[in-house]
Amino acid sequence: MTRPENIQIETSPPVSDEIRKTTCYMCACRCGINVHMKGGQIAYIEGNRDHPVNQGVLCGKGSSGIMQHYAPSRLRAPLKRVGPRGSGEFEEISWEEALDLAVSWLEPIRQTDPKKLAFFTGRDQSQSFTSFWGQNFGTPNYAAHGGFCSVNMAAGGIYTMGGAFWEFGQPDWERTKLFVLFGVAEDHDSNPIKMGIGKMKGHGGKVMGVNPIRSGYNAVADEWVGITPGTDGLLILSIAHELFRSGKVDLDYLRRYTNAGFLVNAEEGPEKGLFLRDKDGKPLVIDQKTGKPEAFDKPGVIANLAASQGENRTVFQLMAEKYLAAEYAPEAVAERCGLTAERIRNIAAEFARVAFEEEISLDVEWTDWKGEKHDKMIGRPISFHAMRGISAHSNGFQTARALHVLQILLGSVEVPGGFRFKPPYPKPPEAHPKPHAGVTPGKPLDGPHLGYIMGPEHLLMEEDGTAKRIDKAYTWENPFSAHGLMHMVISNAHAGDPYKIDTLFLYMANMAWNSSMNTAEVMRMLTDKDENGEYVIPHIIYSDAYSSETVAYADLVLPDTTYLERHDCISLLDRPICEAEAAADSIRWPVVEPDRDVRGFQTVLIQLANKMGLPGFVDDDGNPKWEDYADYIQNHERRPGVGPLAGWRGKEGDKSGRGEANPNQIEKYIENGGFWIGHIPEEGQFYKPWNKAYQDWAVEIGIYDSPQFYAFNLYVEPLRKMQLAAEGHGENQPPDHLRERIKRTMDPLPTWYEPFEDTNVDVNEFPIHALTQRPMQMYHSWGTQNAWLRQITGKNYMYLPKKIWDENGFKEGDYARISSVHGSIVVPVALHEGLNDHTIWTWNAIGKRKGAWALDEKAPEATEGFLLNHLIHELQPPKGDGMRWTNSDPVTGQAAWFDLRVKIEKADPKPDEAQPVFPPIKSPVGKGPKNVARKI
Amino acid sequence: MTKLPTHTEKKLGLVIDLDTCVGCHACVTSCKGWNTQNYGAPLSDIDAYGADPEGTFLNRVFNYEVAPADGGSSQTVHFPKSCLHCEDAPCVTVCPTGASYKRVSDGIVLVNEDRCMGCGLCAWACPYGARELDYDAGIMKKCTLCVDRIYNENIPEEDRVPACVRTCPAGARHFGDLGDPESDVSQLVAERGGMDLMPEQGTKPVNKYLPPRPKDTLDKQPPKALETVADEAKGFLGWLDKALEKL
Repeated sequence: MTRPENIQIETSPPVSDEIRKTTCYMCACRCGINVHMKGGQIAYIEGNRDHPVNQGVLCGKGSSGIMQHYAPSRLRAPLKRVGPRGSGEFEEISWEEALDLAVSWLEPIRQTDPKKLAFFTGRDQSQSFTSFWGQNFGTPNYAAHGGFCSVNMAAGGIYTMGGAFWEFGQPDWERTKLFVLFGVAEDHDSNPIKMGIGKMKGHGGKVMGVNPIRSGYNAVADEWVGITPGTDGLLILSIAHELFRSGKVDLDYLRRYTNAGFLVNAEEGPEKGLFLRDKDGKPLVIDQKTGKPEAFDKPGVIANLAASQGENRTVFQLMAEKYLAAEYAPEAVAERCGLTAERIRNIAAEFARVAFEEEISLDVEWTDWKGEKHDKMIGRPISFHAMRGISAHSNGFQTARALHVLQILLGSVEVPGGFRFKPPYPKPPEAHPKPHAGVTPGKPLDGPHLGYIMGPEHLLMEEDGTAKRIDKAYTWENPFSAHGLMHMVISNAHAGDPYKIDTLFLYMANMAWNSSMNTAEVMRMLTDKDENGEYVIPHIIYSDAYSSETVAYADLVLPDTTYLERHDCISLLDRPICEAEAAADSIRWPVVEPDRDVRGFQTVLIQLANKMGLPGFVDDDGNPKWEDYADYIQNHERRPGVGPLAGWRGKEGDKSGRGEANPNQIEKYIENGGFWIGHIPEEGQFYKPWNKAYQDWAVEIGIYDSPQFYAFNLYVEPLRKMQLAAEGHGENQPPDHLRERIKRTMDPLPTWYEPFEDTNVDVNEFPIHALTQRPMQMYHSWGTQNAWLRQITGKNYMYLPKKIWDENGFKEGDYARISSVHGSIVVPVALHEGLNDHTIWTWNAIGKRKGAWALDEKAPEATEGFLLNHLIHELQPPKGDGMRWTNSDPVTGQAAWFDLRVKIEKADPKPDEAQPVFPPIKSPVGKGPKNVARKI
Repeated sequence: MTKLPTHTEKKLGLVIDLDTCVGCHACVTSCKGWNTQNYGAPLSDIDAYGADPEGTFLNRVFNYEVAPADGGSSQTVHFPKSCLHCEDAPCVTVCPTGASYKRVSDGIVLVNEDRCMGCGLCAWACPYGARELDYDAGIMKKCTLCVDRIYNENIPEEDRVPACVRTCPAGARHFGDLGDPESDVSQLVAERGGMDLMPEQGTKPVNKYLPPRPKDTLDKQPPKALETVADEAKGFLGWLDKALEKL
C-alpha cells in the first residue's frame, strides 16, 4: 500500500484554455465574471477581481451560472401557438416566419393606432434601448417592471434628493460606522451589500436591521428591530420627532444644501404652500447675514432657517411644527410599530450619537456651488439602505421620502461615512425628462415615455380625463408614476379600461405566474374570449430565454439567448454600474455562440424595426442603421458624441464619455475585462450636488451638458401642487372621488397614513401581515431551473411566529389555510421565532406551475412550493362606487404587495399538495435529464 | 485501517466568521463548480430536475435558530460546514482500503479515488457529516481545501486559495496555516475567540469558527438619552435662533 506521504496528486492542473470576461445576469447586480473555457465549452465561472461591482467575489447565484446556461428549460426556436392559449401547445417555426408574423400584427396598428401596442419589458437591463424602440414605434404604452418593484424608493429619492439607493448610490462602506437596513433588500444590491457588511464589521462598525423578519442580512445585524409591516414611516417620523426635540439635526448642512430655508407662502389661495420666488422664478430665502430675501443659490447667501416674512415661514419651521407634534412622539407610535417607546428613543439617540459624536473629517479642499472654498469634508458616519421592503406598501412613497429626509436631517448624504451617489446621479427631478404620450399614427411618440412630473400640467390624460396610457400612469390615480404600472397592464387591457389593445408584447416578465398579483385571475384574463369567440387581448408576443409559465400564454414566442451568448450594454444612459468614486459601464458579449435557433431580444427588436422601417432605426432613405444590437451599442448616438457606452469613444478610442463612435469599441471593452471605469477627481468625490469639481467632471464626460446644482427637497413642491388642485385651485382638476385622498397622501412633507388594506378590510378578521422575502441564492423565478440552486431552496414554507404557531397548535409537517379578503391558499408551515408577532412570511417565487421550467411535474416546487400572489389582488376590494381602485401607492402607482392582511387556520386534513393546484402546461422543451455529472 | 501521520508540517484550514456569514450559499456553489471540473470525479446531481434532487456538495450552509439564554429575540446563525481536516480524523483511521489519508505536508485530508470502493465507513465515522458519497461515481467525495488551487501555478498567486474563500462576498471565510501561531488566521482565531466544532468528539478539527458577536445590546447599554431643547414649535424657534448664531 502506498504510504500517504508518497501519494502523488496533480496540484497544478491546467484550469482552462481561456478566460472570457463578461457581465453576470444571474440577478440584477451585474458583477464582472471570468468564464473559464475548455474545449469551447463553459467550464467554470468565478468573479472578476478587477471589476468595480464585485471585486472578485461572486454570490451563490453567479457561481451557478453554468447550470443556468446549460439548463434544460432553455427555449430552442421561435414558437407559434397551435393549441388554445395556456395549453403550452406550440410548433417551432423559423425566425423569418416569426418576424413576419409579429410584423403582420404590429405594422397595421402602428399605421392606424400605435397605442394598441402595449410593450412592457420586465427585468430589462436595456431600458434606454427598449424605450427607444417603443418611442419610435409610437406607442405611449411602454415601461419596465419598476412599477411593481421599487418605484416608491426611486421616485421618493429622486424627488427628495436626486437619487435613491442601489443603482443611484451606496453607503461609504470604508468609513460608515452604523449601517441601517430597512426591509427586504437581499436582491438589490446583491454582492456590494454583502461585501460592505463584511468590510464595515471588520472595521468594528455595526449593522441595524429594521425588518419584521430576522433572516438574510437581518440575521447578521448587530441590532434587530422587528417592526410591524407598513409602519416604517411612522418609526422614522418618530425618530425625526426625537431629533427635533433634542436639536440633533445638522443645521449647517440643512441651511446650505437643502430647501430647509425656503420661504413657504402662507396666504390662503392658489399659491398657498408654494415657495416664494423672485422675478426669475427662483425660490427665496432670508439671508442670514443681511436679513434680506435673496435667491437661494446666490453666491454668498446662506439661508436663515429661523427667519420668516410675515406669516410666511421656512420649510424647516414647518417641519419642526409637524414633527414635534405629540402624534409622532415615541409613546404615541410605539404600539402601532410593534416596538417600545424606549427602543425608539434609543434608536434615535444612537443615530444622533454616531452622526454627531463620531464626526469624521477629511482634509480635502473643495469648492461649492456658490464659489465658497472649504478646506475639509465633514462626515457623518451613518448610512441607510432600503428597497422593496418599505416600498411595496400603499404608503411606501411617503415612507421612502421619510427615510431620505431622515438621512438629510442627520447631514449624512454625500458626506464621508454616509450615503454617496453614483454617477449619473445626483440628478434632480427637474433634470429628468417629462413623460410623453402624444400619439401620431406612423410616427414616433412625441417624447420619452417616462419621467418626472413637476405639477398637474404634466399629467397624461385626454380632455375627458381618461388616461392616455393603458396602465393609467400619470393620472390623478397615481400622478408620479415614474416607472409605469406593469401590474395593471393585463387587468386594464382585459377590462378595456381606459381602452382595448390589440397586441401585448412582453419581455422577461413572468406575468402569468410570480410577477402578477392575483395570478389565477391573470391567467383567466389572458385566455378570456369575447362574445365573438376571439381572445379579449387579441395578440400576445413574449420573449424569454426559458420555458417559464408565461410562455404558455403567448401566441408567438421569441426565444432569447442566455446571458453568456449575447451582447448587452449596461449603459450610463440607463442603469449603469457606477461606483461612488467613478463612472463605469460594461458589456456582455457572446462568450459562446448559441447552439440553437435563438436570438438576443434586442437584436430581434432591431430586426423588427428594420422590417417596419421604424423611424430612428432607418436613415432618410429607409436603409437600416444597425443590423444587430452590437452594431447599435457601438454606433448609436443619443446626443452628439454620447452613446450607449462611455469608454474608448472616438475613432482612435482615446476619448471617455464624449466622442464619436468607435468601430472597435466592443473589442476594447473585451480587452479590458468587459467594463470601463472613469474616476471622479478627489475633490469631487463628496458633496456632489454642490461640488464644482464634480459637476465640471460630469459635464466633461457627458453625464449632462451643463452643471446641475440644486438643493435637496425636504419639502416637495410638486406634491403640494397636487394638493392645491385637489383643494379646487387651477384648471387641471382631479375627479371628486380622489380629492380627499390626494389631500391626505400628497403632503409635501413626509407623512404616514395607514396602508390602504388596513382600512379596506376588517383587521380583526384579518389580523396578520403576510410578506415575502428574497433568498440570496435565488433570483425571482430563475433559480428553479438551476439544478444546484433548486437543491438549496426547492420548496417554501409559510413561516409563522411562535405566538401564532402556539395559538393554533401547529406542529412540524402541518399545512395551514391562509386567507385574505380576496382568496385563500393551503400551504406547508414552519416555525420561525425571529419574527414580528403579527407577521408571517415565505420565500418569493419558489412555487412553480406543473410543466414549466422543464421540471418534473412532481418536483417539490410544483407540489409543495406556492405563491403568495394568489392572496393579493391588483385592485382594492370594491367600494360600491363602480370604480376599479388599484392596489397601489396613490402617489406613484407602486404595487402594494406588502399591505396584505390574512388570517390563518390549521388545514385538517392536510392536502396532498399545496393549494391551489393548476393543470399542468405542456412543456415546449420536454423535461430535463435524470442525472447530471458534467466534467469537461 | 489507515494510519494518521503523527505530525504534519502545516495545518491548513479554514476560519469561518459566523458574525458576518450572511448565508448566501456563494461558497456552496462556487465549491460545487470548481470541484465538478477538477479533483477527481465530478460532483453529480441525481434526479437533477425531478421530485427528489440529491446532489453531492462538499460544503453546505445550514441555518439554525438560537434563542438567547437571556430571553432576547431569537437569532439565526448561518453555519457553513465542510470537512474540518481533523488532526485525529476518524474518517482516515476507519478506511479499510487506505483511500482516505491525511497529508503530512499540509494536513489536508483527501480521498484517493482510485482506492475508494464507496463503502461509506468514513462518512459513518465522521461526526460532522462532512463526507458525501457520490451516487453517480460510487466514491466518497469531500472537501480537498482545493488542493488543486492552492498550489496551482496556472492561476495567479492571489487566487491560490480555496474557491469558497475566493468567492465569499462577505469576507467571512479565511484560509491559512493554523499550525503557525503567527499566521493571519491563527491571530484572527486568537483575537475573536475562534472555536472548535464539537470538541468533545476529540477529533481536533483544524478548521475554526469565529462566534457571532453579542447582538441586540442597544437597550441594555443605551446611548446617552437625548436632552430636550424644545418640545413644541415655538420653543424650538427660540433654540434655533441661538443655535444658528453659534454656527
